[in-house]
Amino acid sequence: MASSTEPTETSGGHSGRLASRLRRERVSSYWFAGAGYFAIALFGLIVLTLVYQSLPLLSEFSIVQMLTSSQWDPAQQEFGFLPAIVGTIYVTILSMAMGTPIAILAAIYIAEFAEGRTKTLVSSFIDVLAAIPSVIFGLVALIVVVPFVGDYLAPAVGSSATGLGIFTVSLVMAIVVTPFMISLSVESLESLPDELRESSLGVGATQWETIRSVLLRAAGPGIFSAVLLGFGRVFGATIVPAMLIGGQTQIPDSLFATGQTLPTLIVNDFGELMSLPLTQSALIFVGLTLVIVVWLFNFSAMYVRKRLKRRWQY
Amino acid sequence: MDRYAKQRLFGALTRGAAALVVAVMALVVAVTIARGGFVFITDPAIAVTPPGSRYMLEADGGFLHAVLGSILIVGPATVVSALLAVSTAIYLQSDYSSERFAESVNMFLNVLWATPPIVYGVFVLTVVIAVGARTSLFFGIIAIAIFQYPIMTRYTDEALRSSPESVKATTYGLGATRFETARITVRAALPGVVAGIIMGFARGIGDAATVLFTAGRSTNMPAGLFEPATTLPVLIFDQAMSFNADVRSHAYAASFVLIVAVLGLIVVSRLLAGRYARYAPGGRHS
Repeated sequence: MASSTEPTETSGGHSGRLASRLRRERVSSYWFAGAGYFAIALFGLIVLTLVYQSLPLLSEFSIVQMLTSSQWDPAQQEFGFLPAIVGTIYVTILSMAMGTPIAILAAIYIAEFAEGRTKTLVSSFIDVLAAIPSVIFGLVALIVVVPFVGDYLAPAVGSSATGLGIFTVSLVMAIVVTPFMISLSVESLESLPDELRESSLGVGATQWETIRSVLLRAAGPGIFSAVLLGFGRVFGATIVPAMLIGGQTQIPDSLFATGQTLPTLIVNDFGELMSLPLTQSALIFVGLTLVIVVWLFNFSAMYVRKRLKRRWQY
Repeated sequence: MDRYAKQRLFGALTRGAAALVVAVMALVVAVTIARGGFVFITDPAIAVTPPGSRYMLEADGGFLHAVLGSILIVGPATVVSALLAVSTAIYLQSDYSSERFAESVNMFLNVLWATPPIVYGVFVLTVVIAVGARTSLFFGIIAIAIFQYPIMTRYTDEALRSSPESVKATTYGLGATRFETARITVRAALPGVVAGIIMGFARGIGDAATVLFTAGRSTNMPAGLFEPATTLPVLIFDQAMSFNADVRSHAYAASFVLIVAVLGLIVVSRLLAGRYARYAPGGRHS
């Protein structure tokens, strides 16, 4: 590295430089180690803070009672999370039911059927879309989806909804997570070795048969975890539901009814109601619930992925 | 149905699904650009005029405060987060830590990545309350930095992992220390690292849930590090919920500004990735 044109350092040049290099090495390795442990520390800190802040609520009421009560009225010290839980489950299941098949089919198209420029164009378009802020989807939905649902879809099934509600949120969230699931699924399909395709086509299978019985199995674990990550995203979505769900804390009686999800409970009630006793703790408890569920999702995704990988070996 | 008909049917189905996704997404972008662009072009000053005193009620003035707030919050947050993320990613390489440690940290990063942004908002807010401060630019920066950190780390880690082993072997062979080797490795993986940082930036600038409670939803110009501020997504969220039609129409102008910024960032990341590819051994490979 040291070239001859470089001015030689005065007294003890080499050992001095080596010493300073080693010093830099030592200091930097402490810094990197610190950064390496930062991820774990951050996670621990978040969980501990949320647990600590939920304790006041948990010492007053029992968890089972709060999770099964449908009365949400912080002013009266009533903290029933059931309406928000039901709303969250509805939204999550509905939007996954709408989004997943389309995402998987589109991913198959991009990874297996599309060729050349079409492929580059479509896949980079979808990558770009994954980065569009969800608040923009919510805003566009206010002038496109809400009138559509309110004026056509809900009357068609005999409901007099305004357009804000569970179904609208689910539809929009399906649109928001699709690009995300597509790019993850495309990734796992494309990482499969070409021999798989060649040998399946070589024994006379059609392209679709190859995809269905060979490629989807081999990429199964990856696609599965993409879907579960999408699940987590819909589950924790905040801004779109807050804009479109109507924000009424009741158990929704139809798909077009307004409702509440766990994240929107936080958005709607933080701030204004925080001066009420225990409300802050209740909303932080909601945050804790979100973390725990997402955590369970992730770990089960990792576990299932491992199991599937062992079972669907190629 | 014979197998060739099946092949045609499912081929058409996948094509249809892809077309549907692309069409819906094109609609979203087109509506935002057309509707927002219209408001923006009829009154371009709203992006560069400071907000008036009754901004959320009567839409007097513009939303310069949110544009500045976005820049002042997401810019520093990205710098802090990128610094941490690159360091973490370096530590996760084999020179510094074991495979097992890297695997468990990656597990935590996955969980952090999937954590709903609103949880980061709530977490930082409890910290704000605990230290007896009030919501401000500073805590907005912290919330966004935490939000971006796992995203950037995952991208950077992947980029470093895919950089050729020969770079490392060569630098060690020349007698470099781990730090010097890490610098060269980062350099070799620069296209991926830069793309990851810009992805984090784009996600950060579009997120509302983290700053909703931490930056303060201010309707004034940002006045200092410990003064309340707001960002574009929060502003759009608040405007869209307004009862005043003028305020609501400003939401479209603001979302036009936001979508142009995000799309621009992604184009820049592609260009930069191409530019930095010359540092990578073997020329461009992105």
